[in-house]
Amino acid sequence: MALDIEKVRKDFPNLAARGRDDKPLIYFDNAATTFKPCQVISQTHHHYCHRTSNIHRGVHYLSEEATAEYEAARDKVRRLLNAKSLSEVVFTKGATESLNLLAQSYARPFLKPGDEILLSTMEHHANIVPWQMVREMTGCVIKVAPINDRGEIILEEYRKLLSSRTKIVSIVHVSNSLGTVNPVKGMIRDAHAVGAVFVLDSAQGISHEPIDVQDLDVDFCVFSGHKLYGPTGVGVLYGKEHLLDSMPPYQGGGDMILSVTFEKTIYNRLPHKFEAGTPNVAGVIGLGASIDYVTGLGWADIIVYKKELCTYGTKLFEGVDGLKLIGTAADKAPIFSFVLENVHPHDVGTLLDREGIAIRTGHHCTQPVMKRFGIPATSRASLTFYNTKEELDIFMRALRKVIGVFR
Amino acid sequence: MSVHSEELYQQVILEHNRRPKNYVKLEPCTHHSEGYNPLCGDHLDVYLRVSPRGVIEEVTFLGDGCAISKASASMMTASIKGKTVDEARHLFDEFHHLLTKELDPEKDAHSLGKLTVFSGIWKYPSRVKCAVLAWRTMKGALDEEKTVATE
Repeated sequence: MALDIEKVRKDFPNLAARGRDDKPLIYFDNAATTFKPCQVISQTHHHYCHRTSNIHRGVHYLSEEATAEYEAARDKVRRLLNAKSLSEVVFTKGATESLNLLAQSYARPFLKPGDEILLSTMEHHANIVPWQMVREMTGCVIKVAPINDRGEIILEEYRKLLSSRTKIVSIVHVSNSLGTVNPVKGMIRDAHAVGAVFVLDSAQGISHEPIDVQDLDVDFCVFSGHKLYGPTGVGVLYGKEHLLDSMPPYQGGGDMILSVTFEKTIYNRLPHKFEAGTPNVAGVIGLGASIDYVTGLGWADIIVYKKELCTYGTKLFEGVDGLKLIGTAADKAPIFSFVLENVHPHDVGTLLDREGIAIRTGHHCTQPVMKRFGIPATSRASLTFYNTKEELDIFMRALRKVIGVFR
Repeated sequence: MSVHSEELYQQVILEHNRRPKNYVKLEPCTHHSEGYNPLCGDHLDVYLRVSPRGVIEEVTFLGDGCAISKASASMMTASIKGKTVDEARHLFDEFHHLLTKELDPEKDAHSLGKLTVFSGIWKYPSRVKCAVLAWRTMKGALDEEKTVATE
């Protein structure tokens, strides 16, 4: 059964908000963050109204209830990713923190000078900088798999860069600036063939398609809640249990210990070993609600509808004179990065904003992608399942007006 | 798109963007700095030739950026050419106050002239940096700073 978009839109109160100068809002910045359905908002609201307490150590009712809801959310993540056990699901404050955790607790203790980390040109800065920090500390080497003019990783080059020196491969699942969906299953197999560990950056991918970590055989997978219609400030690190077990803690503090004396501290079991301090309890519960929401809508319908938006949008963008799409991969999410002749992306962004249309302009935290295409920035319209073809039509009319201003 | 006094993209701005004035490298020059806006990756170079008496004899710029930054740079060169360094610094302060709404061009005394077309920009905080980039770079050049980044 196809998605009932009008009904779905009613679940997202922010869609009814007004843009600049009280214009009706068109929100095309979903790659930056997504709106939250009422179900997520009411769950976090409920926590703060009825369940405010600290978790894992209270003996009172509120704490026990909140702990149960927090741990229930962990199981929702486990099911979302088809992880084997709850020990493999660590809550963080976002994909960025998950990657930093891996860099500091996996890469830093284990890498030796000359060991290699393989990334790609299309990585987000969050999947570049943490590894560079490790490079400074360990003397390891960072290699970069190039991309072609369509914005796809050149797989032959990727394979050539893999060797016995490669210890970690960290690759984005869906590019936030190009929309490219990478063929990660085969890439993971290739990485394993040389004995490397594969980190999947699913910050964008998590809302694009279901991820089965066992089927992919991926070693680590990270994502943020706020790009999956959940709250900001909460994210996930999935890791195979034996790998997480082998890693030292990332941060010390409460909850990550079994016992503390000044002579010796015994760390807690997984996953708590990596969750020092009071976590974002309401955020985790909200993330659980967002997973329920998305799975309730049904992945199959979401995928079909987003594909439709992608095909429809691509055709419209390709029909604009002087417009160049940056990122035209065969397998793509409805993320449209583009440049216009004679119009700078920032001017596009401000003028569309005046029409109530929210897009992102700039380098999208992917400066190497901009360099690859020889541009300083792009304008990016990123859509998801609550957007419509009608919105795309309105967007296109506004875009033509922008072009008219600079003619 | 409606046109009113606080309109950001007024004709004068669009015109300077289309045909920027003093858009050339100045050789030789006495002062030069490179400006960078980390938000959008825009770069521009500002060149000045200042006489021993402190008069800005020539001022030019080169670089790529949005219409706001390009027009602002173009209009800046037109406004400070022939002025003394002290006058240029004073104009920088006034322009900066205009962008941050600390100066009301209708009420407060100023010597901004056509530069008041940027008065509506305070409504777009993310764009203030675009308008100020060339000016900061000019000031950086006078202060002997090689590079300037908008924070």
